[in-house]
Amino acid sequence: MALSRLSSRSNIISRPLSAAFRRSISTDTTPITIETSLPFTAHLCDPPSRSVESSTQELLSFFRTMALMRRMEIAADSLYKAKLIRGFCHLYDGQEAVAIGMEAAITKKDAIITAYRDHCIFLGRGGSLYEVFAELMGRQDGCSRGKGGSMHFYKKDSSFYGGHGIVGAQVPLGCGIAFAQKYSKEEAVTFAMYGDGAANQGQLFEALNISALWDLPSILVCENNHYGMGTAEWRAAKSPSYYKRGDYVPGLKVDGMDAFAVKQACKFAKEHALKNGPIILEMDTYRYHGHSMSDPGSTYRTRDEISGVRQERDPIERIKKLVLSHDLATEKELKDMEKEIRKEVDDAIAKAKDCPMPEPSELFTNVYVKGFGTESFGADRKEVKAALP
Amino acid sequence: MWGILGRRAVDGGFSASSLRRMRSGLVSARSYAAGSKEMTVRDALNSAIDEEMSADPKVFVMGEEVGQYQGAYKITKGLLEKYGPERVYDTPITEAGFTGIGVGAAYAGLKPVVEFMTFNFSMQAIDHIINSAAKSNYMSAGQINVPIVFRGPNGAAAGVGAQHSQCYAAWYASVPGLKVLAPYSAEDARGLLKAAIRDPDPVVFLENELLYGESFPISEEALDSSFCLPIGKAKIEREGKDVTITTFSKMVGFALKAAEKLAEEGISAEVINLRSIRPLDRATINASVRKTSRLVTVEEGFPQHGVCAEICASVVEESFSYLDAPVERIAGADVPMPYAANLERLALPQVEDIVRAAKRACFRSK
Repeated sequence: MALSRLSSRSNIISRPLSAAFRRSISTDTTPITIETSLPFTAHLCDPPSRSVESSTQELLSFFRTMALMRRMEIAADSLYKAKLIRGFCHLYDGQEAVAIGMEAAITKKDAIITAYRDHCIFLGRGGSLYEVFAELMGRQDGCSRGKGGSMHFYKKDSSFYGGHGIVGAQVPLGCGIAFAQKYSKEEAVTFAMYGDGAANQGQLFEALNISALWDLPSILVCENNHYGMGTAEWRAAKSPSYYKRGDYVPGLKVDGMDAFAVKQACKFAKEHALKNGPIILEMDTYRYHGHSMSDPGSTYRTRDEISGVRQERDPIERIKKLVLSHDLATEKELKDMEKEIRKEVDDAIAKAKDCPMPEPSELFTNVYVKGFGTESFGADRKEVKAALP
Repeated sequence: MWGILGRRAVDGGFSASSLRRMRSGLVSARSYAAGSKEMTVRDALNSAIDEEMSADPKVFVMGEEVGQYQGAYKITKGLLEKYGPERVYDTPITEAGFTGIGVGAAYAGLKPVVEFMTFNFSMQAIDHIINSAAKSNYMSAGQINVPIVFRGPNGAAAGVGAQHSQCYAAWYASVPGLKVLAPYSAEDARGLLKAAIRDPDPVVFLENELLYGESFPISEEALDSSFCLPIGKAKIEREGKDVTITTFSKMVGFALKAAEKLAEEGISAEVINLRSIRPLDRATINASVRKTSRLVTVEEGFPQHGVCAEICASVVEESFSYLDAPVERIAGADVPMPYAANLERLALPQVEDIVRAAKRACFRSK
């Protein structure tokens, strides 16, 4: 269990606290320090300290946002089974600590790009539940106006560059965003996220080599959930030490189920990348669902393994224990919060269900920024055509 | 006659009305053949690979999730158990790498069957398909032939979005040195895949995810392990005299439905299942157009520079004086595939589009 120490700047109040002294849930920003459960393992660099600076407000907000992400993904599972979501749907439950820890360490000027398991990253970047569910159900208020679907969420105004369906492609793209940040002297970094399956892609090493040559502020984040679709990491990678695979590029292995470890690592990585170029973070994490809603997730791993991780390493349970041990809320208050979250998710779904599908004319919008009036056609080119503006 | 094509029977019995339907020659969605076998496209493909692996030890299977997972779409189910890890290889998610390795193995005389989980991912490996496989026999003046098959689902599925829905028939079929096949029925799947695996040249084998579960009647001849269909020959699925409709893969089913609707209005449509995109059976297509004088070409992929465009060019070049109407093209919409269900429907050819185009060609539209 994580140790915690009250910062010397706060009033010294010894535990256990009586109800009269308990901090109120919403506004307290008293600093606290949390120890990560596991040490970092470093490659070609000195690992950061295990003591993570946080605050009571941050700790509570971690709980709230992660619980929201969890509920959102579980609700998406039901919607998929009800056939309201079509095509592919890749769920992130179990991996929430990575999304939340990363956000806590960076600003909206820092960029994030990821693959298709993107719902929670989008939420973390400031997207709304309504936009998520509307997009998943192919409605016009979706974050991509219903035209992208589950794998193609974007939020440019928060520097979230998607949402990519082709394994590995997002990594060179992320290094390209980092290139632009350096080119424009923005003092910002890019987190290019990928999985253990994508870690073997050649384009990753090509982009990493260039990033190292040109000192780009690229941070490659391998979300190692140990399975590339149905293939366990040891069957796909000769060396599953993904944090070391950068060879000449430094790396850090992080307990990806510990939001504070993730936060510390991302903070460390940002400082490193701004000064020294690329770095790799390997987040040791786990997905409870299968690869996608088409994959039961139990033909290549045992149910015991899945429930074991849920029991021992669940990221939300960890935060919950910290909240309780710091007396920031009672069990009941957290349960009430979960009820509120459930309602928030249900309300967003109800609203999204009422949202209309896109207008047929949307078929032809956004093909180009500047179409020069060129003709585009429907399936029957003599019946349906449009001029692209 | 009616055994040319059919769909899965609703239930076992014959009724007087169903017998009447069969005798009338109408090929409706639910015709039943007493005593004939049916096979899904999935099982057809699986049995084809199985038989060719059994017949030739040089044939091996490679791709993502083809072994232990039993195949992402279960096409390679049971093969790892039957043939072992020396014949069935699970690869990492690295198309450029494993495709290159497959082509190299083919250079050295093996016969790889490389699976792309969808052909969208083949773009990561397209240099090897085109530059390392298609052109080698030519560049080496016949020393290095490449007996490889690249297979997997092609085109749109249901709601999978822009990056997972493209049809690659036109791209691959434009390259000399490649053979490009597109089965429709279970018989096509078996005969064409077996032919592809036996063929000494690189073959791009374009399947369709939505057809995998479809059942088709299959003849005893097609079930035989020596069964093979010729590469480069189209099949006339339905004879007609008023208008020629050419298409391939899933659109064959749509064209057949359109033909039934047209028949109700007195228009007799001839439906050609291309089966082979490259080599393209121009002879069969032109012979048909010379008979009907009208052409409607159908494909799922993007219209510009598509398979339909090539067919139209061929017909205009070779059978111009036989044409009584402008050539018609029905294709996917000229936009990236949208996710929303209503937009996706607008982006893909529907039966009514084919009917409308055929009627236009017959000068019968309102």
